[in-house]
Amino acid sequence: MTAILEKPPVTPAPVKEPRDWRGPALFALVAVIGLVVMPLVLEPFRLGLLAKYLTYAIVALGIGLAWGQGGMLTLGQGVFFGLGGYAMGMHLKLNDAGDGLPDFMVWSGVETLPALWEPFRNPVFAIAMVVVVPGAVAWLLGTLVFRQRVRGAYFAILTQALAAAMVILLVGQQGLTGGTNGLTNFFEFFGQDVAADSTQRGLYFTVAIVLGVLFLGAWQLQRSRFGRLLLAVRDGEDRVRFLGYNPATVKTITFTLSAVMAGIAGALFVPVVGIISPALLGVVPSLELVVAVAVGGRFALAGAVLGAVLMGYAKTYFSEELPDAWLYLQGALFILVIGLAPKGIIGFFRRKDVTA
Amino acid sequence: MTALLEVRDVSVVFDGFRALDGVDFTVDHGELRFLIGPNGAGKTTLIDIITGLTKPTTGTVGFDGAVINGKREHERVRLGIGRTFQTSVVFEELTVLENLDLAASFRRPLLSLLARRRGVTEKVAEALETTGLGDLAKKKAGVLSHGQRQWLEIGMLIAQGPRLLLLDEPVAGMSADERARTGDLLTEIAKDHTVIVIEHDMDFLRRYASTVTVLHEGKLLIEGSVDEVRADPRVQEVYLGRAREEAAHDVVS
Repeated sequence: MTAILEKPPVTPAPVKEPRDWRGPALFALVAVIGLVVMPLVLEPFRLGLLAKYLTYAIVALGIGLAWGQGGMLTLGQGVFFGLGGYAMGMHLKLNDAGDGLPDFMVWSGVETLPALWEPFRNPVFAIAMVVVVPGAVAWLLGTLVFRQRVRGAYFAILTQALAAAMVILLVGQQGLTGGTNGLTNFFEFFGQDVAADSTQRGLYFTVAIVLGVLFLGAWQLQRSRFGRLLLAVRDGEDRVRFLGYNPATVKTITFTLSAVMAGIAGALFVPVVGIISPALLGVVPSLELVVAVAVGGRFALAGAVLGAVLMGYAKTYFSEELPDAWLYLQGALFILVIGLAPKGIIGFFRRKDVTA
Repeated sequence: MTALLEVRDVSVVFDGFRALDGVDFTVDHGELRFLIGPNGAGKTTLIDIITGLTKPTTGTVGFDGAVINGKREHERVRLGIGRTFQTSVVFEELTVLENLDLAASFRRPLLSLLARRRGVTEKVAEALETTGLGDLAKKKAGVLSHGQRQWLEIGMLIAQGPRLLLLDEPVAGMSADERARTGDLLTEIAKDHTVIVIEHDMDFLRRYASTVTVLHEGKLLIEGSVDEVRADPRVQEVYLGRAREEAAHDVVS
């Protein structure tokens, strides 16, 4: 221990800390596998599945940021995923319909295009809404609840209720949203046949690159002073207040970022999978992704991504081989991870002194 | 020049219980003030009032000539009021250096926080030096001892360059050796800061205090030098007298 009275000769504080290259090296390796190896070895159907998992991984990345780093357990990321997905779906529907009405509107007896839909004809507007709408909703929610110091389980329940409400809203507005069926039967994606292998291949690359870029951004954020502040808010919100920061602002910003990620993921999901519907964004899919993040390792961004991809594969595998067992397995895995390995799969690979 | 801190006629009522009752409390620039009183006297409540954690039922808190009743906690920190808590709360997942850096960065605009910390700023280096935590800079705060955590907290305060420091029982639970070091640290800080210290420990008080304010049952009992306060019969009754009774009790049992 250092005495306060007899100060040791002040060692000049280290100006630069040695760089750790293992992280970037691992990222590069994964990038090569994702962008070169996978497209070469996987048949189109499997590559499409991977693209779908990678869109989930984008949502998971946001959950990792909000929950793992910021301590905000969000059980309603499906809402933002859905808002992004519907924004994209509406544009594709209008594009396919040309001068007419989207097919489901005709079936529902809608005669004129609802005003809400009209601006989504414009691709730039639609893409902007993919980011703006989820971001704005999360910002509004965050501003309202974090300022009132709603947190922990209360926040979790609130977000879950939001997911449930969103489903009810979408199902109820059949003529506007396609109801339970959602938006599907897409033909064209920005001038390409959406079902063509080449389009799907291009989409895979798009999803992978978007994930990579968002991951790098989140990683940079995590290492920044803001990232340190976020951890501090997670571990001692009241103390942070007495350091002169407003935790509500920190949380609102982070929650908004995570919502924007989910929105982008939803928009990419639509052309990859060819549908967006209430079943894809309700309480269950929102929870499934939280489970995936917990299994992968919520305290590390890479853990969140890993969890989403692994759980995606596991779900597909078991649904093909043992359809009845999957739900039980998923639940058991969650309990095991929470009980025995709270740091998730990635926790086994990390040195003890690294947590963030 | 007006006083730095002026608490005027503050009362706090919790569910009918008067935690503070018409307290006036003034601290001048550059003062080192000790705040004492038996358990439940309202010491921590008074600190909570000053820092905004508790809202006064009546009365005003003035800081540097302006009434700050309506300000929220983090806004008061930005005015220059810093505090520590009885149970130290440092961020265990962050290193000592990161804890100090976070404290020191609170005036940076939010956008500039998005950059990574490069090296150590002057303020942080200074806080490391004053608290003697230099060798532990890269250790996670979670591994620090109780005494080291308190010093880190005080260091975080110093790094913020506050105009008023409020320390809530900084030596509680410390060994004699740690107490002595904390006392020296306190003397060092008080040279160029205004400091209010809540302390139970009479021995510590005798060694390091100059001006003392005594609270009792939510009221201000007396204010004066250590000797005046110790000589006051009322203080002896409520504070020292109790200690004597406790001592007698110890002998009996």
